[in-house]
Amino acid sequence: MSGAYVLQQLVNGLVLGSLYALVAVGFSMIYGIVRLINFAHGDVMMVGAFSAYAILTAFGLPLWSAVLAVLTLGAVLAMLIDAVAFRPQRGAPQVNGFITSLGVAILMQNLAILTLSGQPRPFNVPGWLKENIGFMGARMTVLDAAIVLVTLAVLGALVVFVKRSRAGLAMRATAENPLAASLMGIRINRAVATAFGLGGALAGLAGLLWGARAGQIDPLMGFLPGLKAFVAAVIGGVGSLPGAVLGGFVVGFAEVLFVGLLPPLYGAYRDAFVFGLLIVILLVLPNGLLGRSVEDRA
Amino acid sequence: MLWLDAIDVWRGPSQVLRQVSLRVEAGEIVTLLGANGAGKTSTLLTVSGHLRPRAGRARLAAAGREADLARLAPPQIVAAGVAHCPEGRQVFGGMTVLENLRLGAFLRRDGEERADIDRMMGLFPILRERSSGLAGQLSGGEQMMLAMARALMSRPRLLLLDEPSLGLAPQMVERIFDVITRIRDTGTTVLLVEQNAAMALEIADRAYVLESGEIQLSGPAATLVDDPRVQEAYLGVLPAPAEPGPADGRLS
Amino acid sequence: MIPPRHVLAWAALALVALAVTAYVETQLSGYARTVVGFAGISAILVVSLSFSNGLTGLFSLGHPAFMMVGGYVAAVLTFPVSRKGFMLPALPEWLAGAELPLFPATVAGGLAAALVAVVVGFPVLRLRGHYLAVATLGLIIIMRVAVNNADGLTRGALGLNGIPRLTTLWVILGWLAATLVVCWRLKHSSVGRSLMAIRENEMAAACMGVRRASSKLIAFSVGAFFAGVGGALWAHLLTNLTPGSFDLVLAFMLVVMVVVGGSGSLGGAVVAAIGITVLREVLRPVEQAVGAYGLVQIIIAVLLIATLLLRPQGFFGSAEPAFLRRDTRDRKTKPGRKNRPPEGPGRFPEHTAKQEARHEKA
Ligand SMILES: Nc1ncnc2c1ncn2[C@@H]1O[C@H](COP(=O)(O)OP(=O)(O)OP(=O)(O)O)[C@@H](O)[C@H]1O
Ligand SMILES: [Mg+2]
Repeated sequence: MSGAYVLQQLVNGLVLGSLYALVAVGFSMIYGIVRLINFAHGDVMMVGAFSAYAILTAFGLPLWSAVLAVLTLGAVLAMLIDAVAFRPQRGAPQVNGFITSLGVAILMQNLAILTLSGQPRPFNVPGWLKENIGFMGARMTVLDAAIVLVTLAVLGALVVFVKRSRAGLAMRATAENPLAASLMGIRINRAVATAFGLGGALAGLAGLLWGARAGQIDPLMGFLPGLKAFVAAVIGGVGSLPGAVLGGFVVGFAEVLFVGLLPPLYGAYRDAFVFGLLIVILLVLPNGLLGRSVEDRA
Repeated sequence: MLWLDAIDVWRGPSQVLRQVSLRVEAGEIVTLLGANGAGKTSTLLTVSGHLRPRAGRARLAAAGREADLARLAPPQIVAAGVAHCPEGRQVFGGMTVLENLRLGAFLRRDGEERADIDRMMGLFPILRERSSGLAGQLSGGEQMMLAMARALMSRPRLLLLDEPSLGLAPQMVERIFDVITRIRDTGTTVLLVEQNAAMALEIADRAYVLESGEIQLSGPAATLVDDPRVQEAYLGVLPAPAEPGPADGRLS
Repeated sequence: MIPPRHVLAWAALALVALAVTAYVETQLSGYARTVVGFAGISAILVVSLSFSNGLTGLFSLGHPAFMMVGGYVAAVLTFPVSRKGFMLPALPEWLAGAELPLFPATVAGGLAAALVAVVVGFPVLRLRGHYLAVATLGLIIIMRVAVNNADGLTRGALGLNGIPRLTTLWVILGWLAATLVVCWRLKHSSVGRSLMAIRENEMAAACMGVRRASSKLIAFSVGAFFAGVGGALWAHLLTNLTPGSFDLVLAFMLVVMVVVGGSGSLGGAVVAAIGITVLREVLRPVEQAVGAYGLVQIIIAVLLIATLLLRPQGFFGSAEPAFLRRDTRDRKTKPGRKNRPPEGPGRFPEHTAKQEARHEKA
């Protein structure tokens, strides 16, 4: 096993980890504020991928417009889901929201199958994105580099927003104690919508990047990455943004290295491995790597 | 300033307030007494818009005219000058003391928040010392001070205080009550819920006694102190033992 | 135990079930029998899932994984010896030469599933509500990967076909009755009460000395046993098995049935399982005729969401349908209190759901 091979795996892990991180951060934000595991989050990513596909392939519009569109659409869609499915039952037990999100996920997947057919479609991106720029001898395309850089930039902007802005302050306060936040005059439904919107925008963007990298998209494409992003969020410590990013990279690297460094026979166990990892981490570190030990995180 | 007019409030399947009427005039300290579960917290939550009366009227003097509380969302009630310092402090434990204070002024955009934060730190010096520490790491009494300061940061005209003395050492309780009087003296009206009836009646102008969701007694604090029912139920008036008897210190 | 006037209701119910079974089994086509069989198996699955989820307040999605275990174990046991040699070359000697009747194979499938549940449950049940759901979802994926890769034992992704069609409606009816009796008795036993205590308040139950780890494990593995049984019956009704059939969609369908039936309500579970299975099978030809693939699941997802929004306690809450209730105390309990689902009230102030929205608009 040569050094170059290992380096290649690391590059792949970095790219995959970036994508997981983008989705995981949204997961974590939504969980942090409403204590909801949103199964539909991965499907927002799928919708992002299909919208990007429509804009790039069907309308032939430039890439930047697709980026803007997926950010907006993802945000709007996630906020819509919140308003229609989750907000009306905000006082109800958490399990209900969680089951609802499962319903929303199945609904979105099947609406996509119904309207777009279940067949995978090729997702073509401008040729220059596929060019190899190399990274210390490892293969890395412009797209790979862009995925990593865009992820880092977007996450940086998110941190600044959450830490510095008024809406970010309201969001953090609501995540911590909704009643107290409401006593401060914060509109907590709006704060929750902010979290959904931000998470949805990131998921939409992740959909575009995922589709571009995989080269094809289908209505069920969001589910497994969504679940793995959840695993990432949990591993990092659900509710913690840096934790979600860290978790995303941990899962990305672990998955790639598992497949890349073990004999090919084990490659088939890749998905099993990710969930096994989740169970082990939850047992050893119930609050994840960076999560605070807060009892009501239950 | 605040008028509750025969309100009925329900929480889930049970009625927690029955025909409660209550009035708070500008500049007063009004205290609301009652046993556990009497509905004191529920009354305050109704005033701050977190519970809605099913019947009766709740009115608030806001911006020079009367507003129907039922028409106002919680943020609008805060904006109208009501600050609710909740039971059990409820500070944002994962945020710094400074951020907690900023959140108290969330709806204000008059540019004077900074000065008010300074003022609060003058009122409670410990907050200055711990300003960049996490609120969750303050002691209970310190958190209470933070919670009060946070409530004051909205420059309320009416301050709702829910058991500010809960779990505090006697010395600390003295301090808190002292601060409450000072708050009133600077022009803020106070509706105070307390278990410590003796001290509450001492600083209050008027008092209400709530029992199973109904107002049982009301009147000037000075009169209620002498009411035998209040004395028996809330002031635990017993002849002060000259010496601690053998049974003292035992739960009975 | 059962009040006399309920005996009548029970007897009537049993008679109807027997009559329906006899009618379908003797008079209707193979397709109709399969549909009714599905409904019955779904009822077994939903009753057991409702039992373990509803009573403990745990939320497991792992039933398909246990069905997979039960189905494959039972199928391997009943598979004709003559074909085992070339289809399942990796079987050990003693299995390759065995060909069991359905009943012992089904029990073995159930036990295997329960065993997996014990092994997996031991660590996993310590996880809190949501995490458990995702971990059990992970269990489905892990099991599927395992079955896919154990070609010599399971024929992997190709699927195992040619399983003898041994499951009759009578067998299903018998197992459904067994499931109901066991779950019912457990629900009203001291174990059941301690489970209810966990559901109402985990801390308090712990203080009262309820051994919650073992109680949870019992509920989880009893549920898994019947899931395994369901898987076994399913395998011998359909006559083929592929790992892909035990997927999230199946887990989802079971959850819908539990929710619609009211979590914790065994009678509600039966009604919901039968109703939704039949609904699905009736709609399926429509879906195919108009070429609107996904329609059935869309309808069922909408049904789920609507139920949660409009009637979150399900159609029966955690109580049993009125005529089946066990004693008067159950009946008098106000639905609002008793049906409050696990975990207690949410963490949001009471006004947020509807009122703030309304006021914000104003
Ligand atoms: N979230 C809730 N849901 C339903 N009922 C509640 C809820 N919170 C409190 N109650 C009930 O409302 C009634 C009044 O409670 P409230 O908190 O107003 O009492 P309190 O006078 O503040 O008591 P304490 O002195 O113990 O703080 C009680 O009977 C209580 O059981
Ligand atoms: Mg109270």
